[in-house]
Amino acid sequence: MLTFLRRSLQILLLTMLGGMAAHASAADTTPAQQLSQWSATAGQTGRVEQGRVFFNAKHGGDWSCASCHGSPPTQQGKHANTGKVIKPLAPAFNPQAFTDSARVDKWFRRNCKDVLSRECSAIEKADVLAYLISLKP
Amino acid sequence: MTSVFSSALRSSLAAMLAFAALTPALADGNLQPRLALPIYQQECAACHLAYPPGLLPARSWTRIMNGLDKHYGSDASLDPADVQQISRWLQTEAGTYKRVAEAPPEDRITRSAWFVSKHRKLDPQVWKHASVKSAANCAACHAGADKGDFDDDGVTLPYGLSKQQFFKR
Repeated sequence: MLTFLRRSLQILLLTMLGGMAAHASAADTTPAQQLSQWSATAGQTGRVEQGRVFFNAKHGGDWSCASCHGSPPTQQGKHANTGKVIKPLAPAFNPQAFTDSARVDKWFRRNCKDVLSRECSAIEKADVLAYLISLKP
Repeated sequence: MTSVFSSALRSSLAAMLAFAALTPALADGNLQPRLALPIYQQECAACHLAYPPGLLPARSWTRIMNGLDKHYGSDASLDPADVQQISRWLQTEAGTYKRVAEAPPEDRITRSAWFVSKHRKLDPQVWKHASVKSAANCAACHAGADKGDFDDDGVTLPYGLSKQQFFKR
């Protein structure tokens, strides 16, 4: 009986730990760091106005960035297909935005494919981030 | 003292186990697996409800997980390790009972015969309403959908729709 209890407790603890590890967001970067990184790769500093235009424009497909994130993205967005609520994208309105580099890379890769049918260039990312950082309460 | 404690423990544990064994029969509403996979929730529920794996057969999940870069109009690609972990879990939790034995068209839960039949009394306009958007948005009406609760009793009218608009006339 005791062995059984101990085993169940072990499994429970392991499950909880596993869950925490999976949920933990690796806060390994900041919006400012991401911006300077992409600006460096592009050889050009991200530009707010270009970012705003890029964010709101359609690029050949059905969606713009704003279709899901809203415009300006300072409030909750809504997935254009599923209606799922999306946290504000502008860092001043969502402290978690652009703080996990793996997450940032994953979502840029996927969402650029959805909007532009290709990955975004470094300057496009720098422009968009310059725009997002410029949005203040 | 120890023996009293241990026998109390034993009987309460027995009661808990008995209750756990009975629960599925009592609450036919909870369709989520007892042991959730956190990464399934984290990745899949980032865009849509974490659909209970039992609503599709294993074959459908295999196809879905092999085509995440073209996922119902979106790129939902993940790194290979995450794909593998989620796939393995979906294979063990996939539906095996009669009504999900057959893969629905396009591997869409919403095109399963049972789904269509369960929702046959709804006005087709309901799916297109701004607060619903699509039949895939279970939570628009099933408030407990994220917990696997799809009981009729828990259904609420989506925001902005009256009862008259909800049902076929």
